[in-house]
Amino acid sequence: LAELLLVEAVNDCLHVELDRDASVMVMGEDVGRAGGVFRATAGLRDRFGPDRCVDTPLSEAGILGTAVGLCMAGWRPVCEMQYDAFSYPCLDQLITHVGRYRWRTRGGMSFPLVIRMPYGGGVRAPELHDDSPETYYVHTPGVKVAIPSTPADAKGLLAAAIRDPDPVVVLEPKLHYRTLRGDVPEGDHVVPLGKARLAREGDDLTLVAYGSMVPLCEQAAERIDASVEILDVRTLKPLDEEALLASAAKTGRVVIVQEAPRTCGYAAELAAILAEKAILDLRGPVLRVTGYDVPYPYWQIEDAYMPSVERVVDAATRLLGF
Amino acid sequence: MAQVLPAGRDVRRVIGDGESVSDGEVEGLDESDFLELYRSLVLLRTYDERSVVYHRQGRIGTYAIFWNHEAMQAGSVYALEDEDWIFPSYRESAIGLLRGMPASTVLSWWRGHPAGWWNPADYNVASICVPIATHVPHAAGLAWGKRLKGEPGIAIVYFGDGATSEGAFHEGANFAAVMRAPVILFCSNNQWAISTPLEAQTAAETLADKAAGYGVPGERVDGTDVLAVYEATRVAAERARAGEGPTFIEAVSYRTAPHATADDQSAYIDLERVEEEKRRECVGRYEAYLRRAGLLSDGLAEEIRREAAETMRAAIAHAEAEAPADPSLLFEHAYADPPASFGDDLAELRRILG
Repeated sequence: LAELLLVEAVNDCLHVELDRDASVMVMGEDVGRAGGVFRATAGLRDRFGPDRCVDTPLSEAGILGTAVGLCMAGWRPVCEMQYDAFSYPCLDQLITHVGRYRWRTRGGMSFPLVIRMPYGGGVRAPELHDDSPETYYVHTPGVKVAIPSTPADAKGLLAAAIRDPDPVVVLEPKLHYRTLRGDVPEGDHVVPLGKARLAREGDDLTLVAYGSMVPLCEQAAERIDASVEILDVRTLKPLDEEALLASAAKTGRVVIVQEAPRTCGYAAELAAILAEKAILDLRGPVLRVTGYDVPYPYWQIEDAYMPSVERVVDAATRLLGF
Repeated sequence: MAQVLPAGRDVRRVIGDGESVSDGEVEGLDESDFLELYRSLVLLRTYDERSVVYHRQGRIGTYAIFWNHEAMQAGSVYALEDEDWIFPSYRESAIGLLRGMPASTVLSWWRGHPAGWWNPADYNVASICVPIATHVPHAAGLAWGKRLKGEPGIAIVYFGDGATSEGAFHEGANFAAVMRAPVILFCSNNQWAISTPLEAQTAAETLADKAAGYGVPGERVDGTDVLAVYEATRVAAERARAGEGPTFIEAVSYRTAPHATADDQSAYIDLERVEEEKRRECVGRYEAYLRRAGLLSDGLAEEIRREAAETMRAAIAHAEAEAPADPSLLFEHAYADPPASFGDDLAELRRILG
């Protein structure tokens, strides 16, 4: 075990995976010479060369589009999108090709590519450096989506994504790149996709979250006057439905916490699953604490946008008193 | 790297008009090559004309017609090796026939039957790209990836004049150039994007001029001259194989048929111009060339046409004899490792379908 920052765990993973498999390559804007604007890819170009840690043109659709062709040539590209909101130009490729090409070949060809990006707010950044775009990705058939909340999972989920035969999008909580430190297994470390993590066990109420909302829920749990369970979803697609339903059955009360805007967000999907499959286990309504249906704001008031400990405690208190 | 200059205004031509313009020379082709090219043209022409009939008969769905595009497809593919990859748009839907793909496979695609969805690795022909220009980066990526692996093989990607207005064309072309990808960017300029004429698509004097902006050579070629297309593609392929990167080829043609079976071009096109272009359409031009050269007799031409017609008769029969697709296919092939929910969805669907 090594104690690493979350971003160091990402970097460690990339070193291990490029070393393990000569067909894995990293590509993106500023990933080579600069080592990434967050240093997630630092050292890769020196160790593996400029052909396996590629500084690309400033061209998100080109990055993902050429990655499709690279897969056809036998590569396993790991594409970095520099920021959450800079990934939007690649959505065309994602929707029209990445999620469909395997199906289009009737399983004849695999597209084992990864898109990884820092996501989320709270970092006092300019506009469009703060988005939580997970729903766009989750909604696209043919791709998988994972979001780690700990350094160990940042390494393990990314490793699983790189080894997966299907396209996987990994969103990394940039707020915690350098604020979260934790034990990370050295060398090979894979956290299977599709398995949630019980971040805290409790009996009275479940907080369901992923990514940067998990540490927030951990703080909130300390201030809720009840026994609180926290389910870290980890993989949004495929979802570990069993873990969600088991926790709902155990506590009977569920609050879902999501940083992204509310409408049609991932929390809505979780709430719908609970409505369909857990209705008799529930002792009260499923509540959501989310960002608002507004553009991510100027950073001087971003704290008012972000789900806060206070809002989570408020929702939990309302539900416990239902 | 060769100096990149704005493309010439003239289009490359080999085939003359049998009167004032004499036929030129083309390197590297013998008599059997000339006839093989003719077979390819006739096969594509027959595929296209029969498809329009099959559509009217309700035997295939909406179909994108490629009449008068055959020379651009057959001429360019003939300059490639089997190891080279082809990235077609829907206008090149039947280009796989030139790689041995059964015509029934392509007919099945237009019939919306799963038998039409081939494995690209079987023919080195990528899936038909329906959205405009989004496959240009794929070809760049494949070619770049092969170069990185030290593997032989280049790529060619086909797109229309309208595609050059898309961001994906720009990003793909730029990537290809920067990565020195061995790829040919082949623009089938038929001067119409459904109802939008070329002058409403670009203010550039020629599409080949765009190549200079990427630092790659741009060539203009008569798209109805199969030999000129062959030559331009051969030169581009040699450059690619020599590690000199991409070439942009603008093949200039004219869309004499509607965009697709669902389109009525009389609403926007000059039908007199269409008739004029039809008189110099690519298959007839090449046939006249072969006859002038003494390479094609009536009997041989008839035999080649009959073979192609028979291929299509067998192909549509084969396509129509495919067993109906089972709804369970909905849940196959989206993932290598499908989620458990797919099993639940299929069980429910089966229960309801009975």
